[in-house]
Amino acid sequence: MVTFQFVPYSEMEHLASPKRITKLLNVVKENHIVIMEGRLTKEEEADLIEMTMSEIGPKFKGIELSVIYPEKNKQDPMQKLKNAFTNMLLGDRLGLTIIGPASIVKKIEKNPNKIELFTKEMSYGNQRNKNKKIT
Amino acid sequence: MVKSFLKNIFKKLSFNPFNRKSHVKLGLYGPPNGGKSTLANRICLDWLGQEMSTVSHIAHETREIVIKEQVTIKNKKGKELTFSLVDTPGIATKIDYEEFIKKGLNKTEAKKRAKEATKGVIDSIKWLDTMDAVIVVLDASLDPYSQVNITIIGNLQARNIPVLIAANKVDLRKANVEVIKAAFPQYGVTGLSAKYGKNIEDFYEQLFKLVN
Repeated sequence: MVTFQFVPYSEMEHLASPKRITKLLNVVKENHIVIMEGRLTKEEEADLIEMTMSEIGPKFKGIELSVIYPEKNKQDPMQKLKNAFTNMLLGDRLGLTIIGPASIVKKIEKNPNKIELFTKEMSYGNQRNKNKKIT
Repeated sequence: MVKSFLKNIFKKLSFNPFNRKSHVKLGLYGPPNGGKSTLANRICLDWLGQEMSTVSHIAHETREIVIKEQVTIKNKKGKELTFSLVDTPGIATKIDYEEFIKKGLNKTEAKKRAKEATKGVIDSIKWLDTMDAVIVVLDASLDPYSQVNITIIGNLQARNIPVLIAANKVDLRKANVEVIKAAFPQYGVTGLSAKYGKNIEDFYEQLFKLVN
């Protein structure tokens, strides 16, 4: 069974960067796939990778990470203005961040209209992996 | 954090007191097995007559930062460019020692390699702030839209570090430089084969433009 945990923007907005990252990583280490409203900054993404590396061990192999964010180039000026205004008032809630444990999520592929998340299925007793696609 | 902020401001003003060096520090960054060390070796062989890094088909062969000081290259006009070449461990979000076992390492070697590789990734990220310019080395036969690629390039952009993308392995049938250009339209992309030296002259010209 694959468990998704939604993390709303309101749960993250008041946290400092290290606490945000720790919170996300703790959920992933419980073998849940995080779906976070909004996205981390680029520096936070790098910090997330650093912290993930420091936590890798026999039980934790790392993460699969994907960020879906509307492309600014494809937005018309009115949309850009609206988004800038919304960001100013409510924070940058645009986009989704998906983080899954590497022991469960094999890869996440982004296409313009869909996200494909390939999971690993552990068969009884042995370590043979089967691919399963969640769209 | 404060140092990084000030560095960005001084960079914009073309003055950087943190950066009083006789030549630039040029980093090779990218995901594992993109060909960073092969490119480092190609540059060093072409201009110094010796290699600087070991390469392997098993990912995470480079697990420590490797630096070659005083690499001087010349362009067609005879202009010289001197830099320290920094070959970094590949940046990844996951490292599983069992993958190394599948490639033929024994369990002890695989676990050791995995442990060293995790430290290597951390070092690569920590060294980002010290770079003056970066070549992001990507395997042109793979999907460029991976989050690791986006995170690396995004972090370089956030630090105002000039970037050139080397779309490596164009000798492979699946290689597609145009896909990489489409993925990162705001950056210079040069297709090359570091292994066979294909298009390397064009790469050196782009390197001059990047650093100057």
